[in-house]
This record gives sequence, structure tokens and C-alpha cells, in this order.
Amino acid sequence: MDKLIADLKVQIIAQLNLQDTKPEDIADDQPLFVEGLGLDSIDALELIVLLQQQYKIKLSNAEDGPKVFKSVKTIAEYITAHRTQNQK
Amino acid sequence: MKTEIYIKASCIICNNAVYKNGQVVFENPEPGIARFLLSVYRHLQTDYPKFYKMDNLSKIGWLANEILLKDSFVKENNTAEETGVVLWNANSSLDTDIKYFASTKEMASPALFVYTLPNIVIGEICIRHQFKGENAFLISADFDARLMKDYVSNLINNNILQSCICGWVDMLGETGKAVLFLIEKNKTNHSLPFTTENINKIYQISNG
Repeated sequence: MDKLIADLKVQIIAQLNLQDTKPEDIADDQPLFVEGLGLDSIDALELIVLLQQQYKIKLSNAEDGPKVFKSVKTIAEYITAHRTQNQK
Repeated sequence: MKTEIYIKASCIICNNAVYKNGQVVFENPEPGIARFLLSVYRHLQTDYPKFYKMDNLSKIGWLANEILLKDSFVKENNTAEETGVVLWNANSSLDTDIKYFASTKEMASPALFVYTLPNIVIGEICIRHQFKGENAFLISADFDARLMKDYVSNLINNNILQSCICGWVDMLGETGKAVLFLIEKNKTNHSLPFTTENINKIYQISNG
């Protein structure tokens, strides 16, 4: 999980063009939207693209978005759960 | 009734240089338009993370506007509802349209898609400064000083605007140009009459 979280931080910075942010600036459970990193709705779409491109995971239910994209940790948990499901 | 209208300030970004009121204020010979625009942003020492997400058309327009307004625009003298933005260019949002089209071959990029309209640069400027006045983005093959003068003068003479940011903001590939004017009713020591001749004289700086 730690490796996945570290990878995600690098990928999020690249995908969202957060050029003044370093991976160590993002806490694992820091809120990504509004407060915290201050991401917006377009960033949310870019995170969905990131999940599909990098991890071949589609967000099946849009209503899950706020829960899944709450923090880097919740994204990592979602990826881990769905990777396991895909492998079954 | 016709009102006296003045060019209070101008800003030009082109050919790896930035001019404020005709004087060079920043230069960077580093090749690549994206790197040059980033160097201008860093030179401004402004903290505005959304800059990084803009397309190159919005970046050059946003930067030119920041430099245009700095030390020239007095917010207290201008209401948000009576400050407008009117811009022109030749290539619309084609620079980003091409990049977006390329992205659709794999996975369409939402971040690129939102910049596939030229007037988004006006939105970026208005969000930054909370301007709520009349705005328009027009496309024409070449810069037309008379058209700009007539269009903006009409807005001011009819009391639709008290002040207007107007000019040319264009981007295609590695070639970008912004020539912005701050137009106001109030005369100041350094302001010039808003005439076709004065507009063309300032615009000529961008042609080298």
C-alpha cells in the first residue's frame, strides 16, 4: 500500500500539473478537494482518467467519486480493492 | 455624447520579451513558448497555482493582463460591473483544439477540453480580478486598430463600461503574441488618447 500511495502522489502531480507541489507535501489522508490540495471538478475528471490509464479501473458509480477521491489513501484503497476483484 | 477616452497602459508579450508601456521589463531567450511563459510567471512572483493548468493561450493572456494592470489599474476607481474585456485573435483556440484532438486518440483529456474555446482566456482574467462587465472574443485574420477603437469606444460612450482591457491575444504552436491595452475615461499624466494612430504605434512594437 505504501508503494502505491507514493506512486499515486507522483502520478497526481503529473496528471494535474501541480508544479509547485512535491509528493512529500501531500499527506496520505489530506483532503484533495476544496480544502487541502484545492482540486476542482475538472481535476476530478482527470483523476478518473488517471485510474483508467494507469490502473485500468473504471469508476463504476459516479456517486462513489467523493468517497473514492477523498484522499490519496482512499484512492489507493479503491485501487487495491478493485485490483483484487479484477484478479478473481 | 462622445467621451474622451485614454490608453492608460499597455503590455506586450512576444518574441521572448515582455514590454510594459513600450519598455522591456523582462526577457528570456530560452527556446520554447511554454518554458518562456513559465519564466514570466516566476518573474511575477505571484502565487496562483491555477496558472499551471491553463493552456498557452490563456497563459499568455493572463500574464499580459497581470503586467498590464500592475501599478496601472486602481480597483477602487473601477466597479467590477463596469470593467470589461474585449479580445481578438486569428487562430481562435486552434492551438488547444489540436492538442485535445490528439488526446482523443487514447483518452480525451478533460483538462484540455475546457480550453477548446478562445474566450476562456477572458474567463481566467475575470476570475482573477472579479470583473463582471461586458466581454467579447472576436476572430479576425489581422489586428484591426480601427475596429478595436470603434468597438471599445462604443461600449464606453454608451456607459456600458467605465474601463476596458482590450487587445490581441493569439497562440499557435510555438508562436504566441499578446498586445493588451488598458482603456479608461480618466486622463492621467502618462495616458495617451485612444486613437487608431496610438493603438497602431504601440502594436508595432510587437512586430519588431
